[in-house]
Amino acid sequence: MFGPLTVKPKESKGDKTGSWRTQFRPEYLHKNCIACRMCAMICPEGCVYGKEKNSFWVDFNFCKGCGVCADICPKKDIAMVVEDGKSEEK
Amino acid sequence: MEDKHLFKPGHTACAGCGQAIAARLVIEAAGANTIVANNTGCLEVFSTKYPETAWGVPWIHSLFENSAAVASGIEAALKYLGKKDSINVIAQGGDGSSGDIGLQALSGMLERGHDILYVCYDNEAYMNTGVQRSGLTPFDTNTTTSPSGSLSAGNLRPKKPMPEICNAHGIPYVATASAGFPQDLTRKVKKAISIRGPKYIQVHVPCPLGWRHATNQMLPVAKLAVETGLYPLFEYENGVLSNRKQIVPKPVQEYLQTQGRFKHLVNNPEEVKKIQDIADNNIKKYNLKAEA
Amino acid sequence: MKEFLEGSHAIAEIVKACRPGVVSAYPITPQTHIVEDLAQMVANGELKSEFVNVESEHSAASVVLGGSAAGVRVYTATSSQGLFYMQEVVFNIAGMRLPVVMTCANRAISAPINIWNDQQDSISLRDAGWIQIYAEDNQEAVDFHLLAYRLAEDKRVMLPVMVCMDGFILTHGMETVDIPEQEKVDKFLPPYSPLYKLDPAEPISMGLLADPDYYMETRFAIQETMKESLGYLSEISSEFNGVFGRDYKDLLVEEYQTKDAEKVIVAMGSVCGTIKEAVDQQRAKGKKVGLLRIISFRPFPYARIYEVLKDVPRVAVLDKAVSLGGYAPLSVDVKAALYGKKKGPKVVSSFVAGLGGRDITLESINEVFRRLTAKEVSSDFIDLKPELLKEEYGR
Repeated sequence: MFGPLTVKPKESKGDKTGSWRTQFRPEYLHKNCIACRMCAMICPEGCVYGKEKNSFWVDFNFCKGCGVCADICPKKDIAMVVEDGKSEEK
Repeated sequence: MEDKHLFKPGHTACAGCGQAIAARLVIEAAGANTIVANNTGCLEVFSTKYPETAWGVPWIHSLFENSAAVASGIEAALKYLGKKDSINVIAQGGDGSSGDIGLQALSGMLERGHDILYVCYDNEAYMNTGVQRSGLTPFDTNTTTSPSGSLSAGNLRPKKPMPEICNAHGIPYVATASAGFPQDLTRKVKKAISIRGPKYIQVHVPCPLGWRHATNQMLPVAKLAVETGLYPLFEYENGVLSNRKQIVPKPVQEYLQTQGRFKHLVNNPEEVKKIQDIADNNIKKYNLKAEA
Repeated sequence: MKEFLEGSHAIAEIVKACRPGVVSAYPITPQTHIVEDLAQMVANGELKSEFVNVESEHSAASVVLGGSAAGVRVYTATSSQGLFYMQEVVFNIAGMRLPVVMTCANRAISAPINIWNDQQDSISLRDAGWIQIYAEDNQEAVDFHLLAYRLAEDKRVMLPVMVCMDGFILTHGMETVDIPEQEKVDKFLPPYSPLYKLDPAEPISMGLLADPDYYMETRFAIQETMKESLGYLSEISSEFNGVFGRDYKDLLVEEYQTKDAEKVIVAMGSVCGTIKEAVDQQRAKGKKVGLLRIISFRPFPYARIYEVLKDVPRVAVLDKAVSLGGYAPLSVDVKAALYGKKKGPKVVSSFVAGLGGRDITLESINEVFRRLTAKEVSSDFIDLKPELLKEEYGR
């Protein structure tokens, strides 16, 4: 009987840290987006996805609602709205 | 930029963690052909709690202070296997594990000339254990072991100059970076990876919990540290200061007032003056002032 | 090929033959000659290996940990304070199930500082999860390194192995040893093929945080592997005998004149050579005495020890280490092996000798036999100097 604790990343699902959100969640307005990708780049979770203008979205399974994406958005196209308790989408 | 998933969501860092941002930017800049050795600390704990891992690259944690030595062994093994040219090795840790308890291992790694990039995520205290003072905690900072009180204005000593200490080893590349300047960080990591030999990058990473600022203030706080001259961004190549981020210096007060860890300085102009002197010295030393 | 060699040089020769890809060490007496020789072999191109000169034993152990995790056979050697300085890495290597092989040139522990031999260093790390085997002479020390790699890298084991050899007595002693031929070594010890390694082609994370839901099973797994390794030691030893013609039996213990013995000394390491001589002399005088030599200290062969000692009326356990404030460490394990059994010795006395390099002479061994009376004693020190005790400690 042997074996160290090792984990293959492919098999790791991660904790559903979206449940941590209590106050605010980011709402991507999809109005003035220029696809600069700053939101995706700065997200501490790495849970912002998208390529084209006005196509960016957040995986709320993981988003902790920190608000850094809204802060960095040069077009103010992300709003922090009151968390409504509905969580996972997409 | 493709989402490469080299640092996956689902880790358990605090909301707005500057270290989580920086760690992801570092590994994405280094790419999939990278092996990472990690010291014990926040990053290790929040990214690899069994049976989960956030890391899409081969990753190892051994102890608090030995990632530089573990990485040295990995690099030696890759050399033996003839694979060193195709695989990057990164050793990383926080400010305490890099500059305090792990300084000896880091110094050994630098002195021996291993082809390794060492990344120090500097959040300026032992955050994982509850915000105790490290050698890289700034002057007058209030931490749980350098509290302010009637006889004290907080941490008694200025930051240990780790970039200078590393540079003194005669290594080819030393840089400071900040989570507040993500593209700059990415560029520096890519540059470091392209250079053979030991490299050291120290990234300033705000900790909303330990610094006591709102989670969405990560960026402005990190930027102010740079813009006041308290956290100068620079690069040393082969011992020569080759680049620095120029600033129009803002008074340190603007930075200090953003965080709870400096709250005790609000009505203490004497102490604020001392901190301004530190910034002014940096501005002079690294020639940070933007030409008008 | 038989050669007249210093122990350290013989060890370097066998390590070279085992072809480690990464060697890392920090100098400490009496380990230095081993790693100096290896460094020279690398410099001469006789050994293709990365020799990493580190700034401390902590890093020496960390370097071989990293090298092993990257899938390469590794080697390090240390002693005494060096072993203690790398202690947390020593435990870590076992917990990560990495087949590191290390030589411990056994030496006393400070304070007072003392560079000479006893076994306090490795014995103090008995709980680390390393297999520990103790050599009696340099031929054994050589052979045990080869056996150590086979055992460590056995996919049923995957645990580090520490080969313990008495500092100076063996490391600096000149003996005729048969260094196994490279061809035979390669046959006995094929290239290392890791079960898990750090490789970008197939990424894994190693050294994860295990909370209370997972930690205990990792310790249980090592404990079970240790128990199973008792059998693997014998298996590998028999294969070794087939290739090299030297029979270490089960590689757990050696019985010397124990069959009809009325008094048996239990001991480990080079002192057993002296004990054998004392046994021979006493046997010549018609005294029924014998030696039970422990080779594998971890895993500890409890059942084998009971088997040997169950009909022996008086047993003396001779420790070259102490557990200050408790019974001497080897005696505790031997007593545990005998406890609660139907048969067994009437007397199990424990003696401490040879600390900090004090010579254990034939007379010391005879004294142990003399003090092994019907009255059981614990941690009875042999060869204390009465004049010093009086002068320094007033007793």
